[in-house]
Amino acid sequence: MEKEKTYVEDVDRELYDFRNAEKDVWKVGEGLTPAIVETISREKNDPEWMRAFRLKSLDIYNRTEMVDWGPDIEGLDMDNIVTYVRPNTKMNVDWADVPEEIRDTFERLGIPQAERASLAGVGAQYDSELVYHNVREEVAAMGVVYTDLESAMHGPYGDMIHDHFMKLVPPTDHKFAALHGAVWSGGSFVYVPPGVTVEIPLQSYFRLNAPGAGQFEHTLIIVDEGANLHFIEGCSAPKYNVANLHAGCVELYVAKNAKLRYSTIENWSKNMYNLNTKRARIEEGGVMEWVSGSFGSHVSYLYPMTLLTGEGARMTYTGITFAGAGQNLDTGMKVVHSAPKTSSAITAKSISKDGGISTYRSAVVMTEKAAGSKSSASCESLMLDDISRSDTIPAMDIRTSQADVGHEAKIGRISDDAIFYLMSRGIPEADARAMIVSGFADSVSKELPLEYAVEMNNLIRLEMKGSIG
Amino acid sequence: MSEELLKIEDLSVSADEKSILRGVDLAVGRGETHVILGPNGAGKSTLGNAIMGSPAYTVTGGRITFLGGDLLEKAVNERARDGIFMSFQNPLEVPGLSLTNFIRSAVEMRTGQKVRFFPFRKELLRAMELLDMDPSYADRDLNVGFSGGEKKKAEILQLLMLKPSLAILDETDSGLDVDAVRTVSRGVREFQKDRESALIIITHNAGILSSLHVDRVHILVDGRIVAEGDGSLVDEISRNGFAAYENKA
Ligand SMILES: Nc1ncnc2c1ncn2[C@@H]1O[C@H](COP(=O)(O)OP(=O)(O)OP(=O)(O)O)[C@@H](O)[C@H]1O
Ligand SMILES: [Mg+2]
Repeated sequence: MEKEKTYVEDVDRELYDFRNAEKDVWKVGEGLTPAIVETISREKNDPEWMRAFRLKSLDIYNRTEMVDWGPDIEGLDMDNIVTYVRPNTKMNVDWADVPEEIRDTFERLGIPQAERASLAGVGAQYDSELVYHNVREEVAAMGVVYTDLESAMHGPYGDMIHDHFMKLVPPTDHKFAALHGAVWSGGSFVYVPPGVTVEIPLQSYFRLNAPGAGQFEHTLIIVDEGANLHFIEGCSAPKYNVANLHAGCVELYVAKNAKLRYSTIENWSKNMYNLNTKRARIEEGGVMEWVSGSFGSHVSYLYPMTLLTGEGARMTYTGITFAGAGQNLDTGMKVVHSAPKTSSAITAKSISKDGGISTYRSAVVMTEKAAGSKSSASCESLMLDDISRSDTIPAMDIRTSQADVGHEAKIGRISDDAIFYLMSRGIPEADARAMIVSGFADSVSKELPLEYAVEMNNLIRLEMKGSIG
Repeated sequence: MSEELLKIEDLSVSADEKSILRGVDLAVGRGETHVILGPNGAGKSTLGNAIMGSPAYTVTGGRITFLGGDLLEKAVNERARDGIFMSFQNPLEVPGLSLTNFIRSAVEMRTGQKVRFFPFRKELLRAMELLDMDPSYADRDLNVGFSGGEKKKAEILQLLMLKPSLAILDETDSGLDVDAVRTVSRGVREFQKDRESALIIITHNAGILSSLHVDRVHILVDGRIVAEGDGSLVDEISRNGFAAYENKA
């Protein structure tokens, strides 16, 4: 029987693991001091409040203990991580003005195609700087702001940013939030004015390209009353031997009766420590939808959190995690119901193979004010062999008797009978496995826009191929 | 006999160290319809599984030749590609894989060619209509939430789409209501129209056979074929049961 014997790490990731020779103009020294933070701040032309914020965050960082729960992050040497790398380019609005080398990188990541597929705007981050940025005119004409955070701080939305920046995720939240507050760089700012529906998704593609470079992009999205937005975040990083850190931060504000869908496909290289913090606050009648596919990275800590603060606020979370050899992915979500008649519905799936560990960690909190609220969670894990691990750690804190909270968890394997059945219809074993795994992921991929669903299926196929032979 | 398609010689099969088939011989020519009858536990499904190549069964002796080549050498999917099909007594459910996509992949494997979507879809819907299947089932997940009868119809649908040269139908008629039995035999008759293809029907009911042309009947008892005959053997078994054959095994 012919088999396509490949190793994801060595062969297939070529598709994503290309890097350009480092040609950075400027790089901060390794390790983190107030002087470095001052330099970053000056270089970024921060307003005074931001400079002070960074220094305060650094102080908190130095006084905060390392995270001591969850997967091991000992391999992460903070002194070794270059926190700030700036590409040889300034902001670009026109694709043709982006330096060729960088353009080539994006081209291979398929960004221009995605744009042609009529996405509203593309903000792509190369290293720590936003190099390419383009908001379709009709979207801008509706009053929608989609820009990089740095320049927005100096414009008419400066006060709005000041009022929202790291208010949902304060630097005191955990050590990496403090680090983020001190050295954050790049990322997006989106504001959708009241009543505006953005018909096509806004997209941002983040990417790391320097050995040992951390990435600390900040995403701030405010969807005003009755407005509607779909934002897509996609990540892919090349592979290096030096430990890489991603400590981004996403803050999402959904006003009364507004709706935000936030979709992510993260596909980090297998040496990445992905310690990303995402949080959303949903007001009365608002709707938050998370769609999340986590691939790659060596270690991930990822728990998007939703604060349902207004009556009738709702959230759904649909996520999938794929952990292969050498990966420990700790993902899940948190939701706090603190208003009446709020609801949350969670569908979490995980796949583990070749010794990979995937853990679903969740917290559902219902305060005294959450009367008439509902939360239901369904977790399914698929184990592709006996050496992999899958755990579910759900926590619940329910302080009202008038709430309805449910959680169900299932762990399964691919049955030999199912493989035999598909093979008996002519489908080779490897394809049969991939089909079953893709089918398992289908409830997540069908929530994604088509080109992302295709990408996710390709990722699953690539990951599956590594396990044959 | 017409041109030989399948030849089984002195086949012994075991599962879980237990010997089930003990020296079975069977030859099937192109265009022929064979029926296998036998009491529960006789080894009928085992025979089908051994031909298809189920990993749950071990061939401990004998040979199976298909189109002149050694079948036992081949992987399950290669047997399917070469033209063998088996309808399952208990078809498996695959969440997230639509019936259409599944059949399309299977057809591509069988033909070695990319399927052109619109003609394919049209043919699929026509076959579903023949089988009284609601068209919405084309987009449903494979067998997920299908009733027992619906699963059996989905098996016949695959049979019609894949056009194998040898189809083994394992109790495709059991658990079906009268109308469904009629529908399934309509599907099987449609398949029989291809005079190049052969059938092995495993059943406990004469019902499905009444409207089908039958060339040869084999009685399998306790792992051995104990009697063979033409279609009239079906009626005899229906009347008298297997008692007369049980001590012959
Ligand atoms: N995978 C298996 N492992 C162990 N024993 C098996 C296995 N499959 C079948 N058997 C045994 O082999 C014998 C024959 O089983 P088989 O399913 O072939 O019978 P059958 O003729 O199809 O019966 P029925 O008419 O009830 O479907 C039975 O005693 C059964 O328990
Ligand atoms: Mg049987």
